Amino acid sequence: MNPKDIAALLDEPACAHNQKAKSGCARPKPGTTAGGCAFDGAQIALLPIADVAHIVHGAIGCAGSSWDNRGTRSSGPQLFKIGMTTDLTEQDVIMGRGEKRLFHSIKQAIDSYRPAAVFVYNTCIPALTGDDVAAVCEEAERRWGTPVVLVDAAGFYGTKNLGNRIAGEAMVRQVCGTREPDPLPEGIECSGFKVHDISLIGEYNIAGELWLVLPLLDELGLRVLCALSGDARFREVQTMHCSEVNMMVCSKAMINVARKLQEAFGTPWFEGSFYGVQDVSRALRSFARLIGDPDLSARTEALIAREEARVDAALAPWRESLKGRKVLLYTGGVKSWSIVSALQDLGMTVVATGTKKSTGDDKARIRELMGDDALMIEDGNPRALINLVREHGVDILIAGGRNMYTALKARIPFLDINQEREFGYAGYAGMVELARQLCLTIESPVWAAVRRPASWAAGGNRRAVSLEAVVGGWGSPLVQGSDGRRSGPFYDAGARTHSRPAADAGVEVSNA
Amino acid sequence: MPEIIKRSKALSVNPLKASATVGATLAFLGFRRAIPMLHGSQGCMAFGKVFFVRHFREPIPLQTSAMDQVSSVMGADENLVEGLKTICEKSRPDLIGVPTTGLAETQGADVARLVRRFREQHPEFAPISVVPVSTPDFIGCMETGYAVAVRAAIQELVPPADQAGTRPARRPRQVNLLAGSHLTPGDLEALKDLIELFGLQPVVLPDLSDSLDGHLPEQDFSPLTVGGTPVGELAQLGDALATLVVGASMYPAADLLAERTGVPDFRFPHLMGLDATDVLVATLAEIAGGPVPAKVERQRAQLQDAMLDCHFMLGMSRFAVGADPDLLVGFSELLAGMGAETVAAVAATNAPALRQVAADRVQIGDLEDLEHMARGQGAEVLIGSSHATHSAQRLGIPHLRAGFPLYDRVGGYQRTWVGYQGSRQTLFDLANLVLRLEKGEIHPYRSRLSQKPQGERGGAEEQAA
Repeated sequence: MNPKDIAALLDEPACAHNQKAKSGCARPKPGTTAGGCAFDGAQIALLPIADVAHIVHGAIGCAGSSWDNRGTRSSGPQLFKIGMTTDLTEQDVIMGRGEKRLFHSIKQAIDSYRPAAVFVYNTCIPALTGDDVAAVCEEAERRWGTPVVLVDAAGFYGTKNLGNRIAGEAMVRQVCGTREPDPLPEGIECSGFKVHDISLIGEYNIAGELWLVLPLLDELGLRVLCALSGDARFREVQTMHCSEVNMMVCSKAMINVARKLQEAFGTPWFEGSFYGVQDVSRALRSFARLIGDPDLSARTEALIAREEARVDAALAPWRESLKGRKVLLYTGGVKSWSIVSALQDLGMTVVATGTKKSTGDDKARIRELMGDDALMIEDGNPRALINLVREHGVDILIAGGRNMYTALKARIPFLDINQEREFGYAGYAGMVELARQLCLTIESPVWAAVRRPASWAAGGNRRAVSLEAVVGGWGSPLVQGSDGRRSGPFYDAGARTHSRPAADAGVEVSNA
Repeated sequence: MPEIIKRSKALSVNPLKASATVGATLAFLGFRRAIPMLHGSQGCMAFGKVFFVRHFREPIPLQTSAMDQVSSVMGADENLVEGLKTICEKSRPDLIGVPTTGLAETQGADVARLVRRFREQHPEFAPISVVPVSTPDFIGCMETGYAVAVRAAIQELVPPADQAGTRPARRPRQVNLLAGSHLTPGDLEALKDLIELFGLQPVVLPDLSDSLDGHLPEQDFSPLTVGGTPVGELAQLGDALATLVVGASMYPAADLLAERTGVPDFRFPHLMGLDATDVLVATLAEIAGGPVPAKVERQRAQLQDAMLDCHFMLGMSRFAVGADPDLLVGFSELLAGMGAETVAAVAATNAPALRQVAADRVQIGDLEDLEHMARGQGAEVLIGSSHATHSAQRLGIPHLRAGFPLYDRVGGYQRTWVGYQGSRQTLFDLANLVLRLEKGEIHPYRSRLSQKPQGERGGAEEQAA
């Protein structure tokens, strides 16, 4: 990839990072860098497209420890879970055999797995030795008649974020607009019910959470042409140019896709989130507003009223135990405020939020939600996070999986909010799951157990007292009932059934 | 000796192999107050970190020289020196391991020279050990990278006996254990216990059981490893009575250690099953100059008893095993010792040790190869990492999780496979998997001539259908 193409991708006019002193993304510093590379970002962004053969062109380091490690789910084909790599050998590198191996690899993938398309991810070594990967992909597509899409995202090009954009760019340039959408099934539309086409950009269907939102969109007559890229198929990505409105879900990373689709096809877009009751409602209203169908607006309001009432009732018992609990939130970008509102919905107090990847707009929103003295964390190194937890008597740390074991070692209750997590929190129904997970860890009896020194430890009693002082404010002690049975919300989980709001909403939800 | 079939296809599908770079990383994680810094782009580090976090469920200290586009093309020498300096300033570790990546090696980085330059420019950090090692991901696999990193650590940190003033057996109870990458923290813990039963004092190199398992220290955060082999111990390895070497991949490192220290070593390709453990126990008795403790005798009898119980299930059973060479050798010999067959054997990379695999053929390849071989040979149980789960599902056979990575089970990293007790549990687990197959199950025959009530006759059944 040309340096000027990379510069163009970094210069993203729709991204608020661009207008301030720091333009684009910062350079990584040797010895004190966290986070993935451009290849990592590109792979995360596109891997959920389920019927595509994803070939990593490089040595084993890139695919060997990264294949099949995402929580994203597919309702159909599982091809995306098959790890494929050219696994370059020393001979390949020295003798320049990479191109040839890639060419045969594409053929092998097509012959053995009949994919809807092949995506080729270029990585550091072939980028450095100068394999003409574009020419190989072009020739392979011509020869075998299956679309072959090059995602030129060598790790050294830059950060994960750049990789997301490279991936988005590849879709907009090479895939979107290559097919018209299927006609609507007969008998869906009638007077007073028109179906509108939309797309979701940056929704990855982690743990299947897209399936908590889709029933609502179905009910409103919003056809998702494509979710880029959660549970997507290649043929869906091809039709994204036809959507009436695009929603940027929870991520600045693929903002270039929304902007370029607007430039090329005039599609309006908005930035929103499916986390938290208020945000789900706001997102649904935004669709109705931008589409401008009064009938849709009326139905949207009715659905919101019904769902909010239902989720409100479902959350009531959880709110009881979460009310007033203090949260430290460390995530990036849009999540820095979208999750805040979700937590506030639950009656929790967010004492600080991470803003490393947030824009000026994001920060304005944080102030709006948390007040002017909102504590914003720019540098989330583990030491600093733990110190904040201690200072503010925080009940739970919510952050990405890589911080999880750091928190657990410090005996701090933790909730994973990133890619690898196993639970979906989107939509009204996801909110109940979020509340359940929060209670599950905050109220767990293990915290008291792991903070308690052994009775025989030297000075054990004295230490227990000082520990108690340190951990004061963390988790309430369990209530010992008169019958000696431990009560408290954690033990009464049966009373709060996790019912899915959509179950009797007139729309069949099938997760089979 | 098995026939070794080399890779013949262009595309690797469902890789079995993890890179030599992560292998070297793992070795350095077995030292106390250590941190590896990969010389490569930041993704190499991020992937390695997630790989180990998911396997061990522990925080993993890991850094990178963060090569970007400019330094990849124009030279990344400064990145390395700056990275080392930053880590030294921030965390003052005892050891920084510097494995290279394919990117750095393709560019032509000379890490040994760069470390020397760092030493010249920053004499203030002289007490901090820095061990560079060349581990491009286009050569070998995890086991390879781990072994060369241990050898590099010996090269750097174990001075020749005459310089260090060490003398074999000056510490008359010390036994060095050079531990291969196929050993889990659980294995190492068991081996240390066994060695201690003989009244000997084990020094494990590298000691993953101490660094990556079960820490809940009072200090709530550490940017470095907690536990592991103390770096200072390496200078004293030469005082040991003997060195035990486990895993053929470790023999080159053992050669160097013996050359440097003169300590006699005893080598074991693996420690799975009765025969392998017997050799170890006999060796320990000889080193310690005493009898085999009654407790060990008891454990041996327990394993023998388990072998009797399990041979009914395991005899003539057909197994598929995909692993790095040392682990593959161990499993194949354990199975052979029970009269079971390894009908599909796939190794991530070629190695001299593969000659010892108890199977007709060993394929160098990936999990797709393993799946094809297992299907073709009618394998009944599959042994491999968590990645092999989907293969086992498609084959419709049970799966025993072993190797790297194990991310879909809690505590997989601490399973004990070796010694009398570990082997016994392994046999039980394998036998139970085979029991699930209901082999030899005879399905009822319903005669259409029989006088049994209507619904129980063969004819009736056919009519109903």
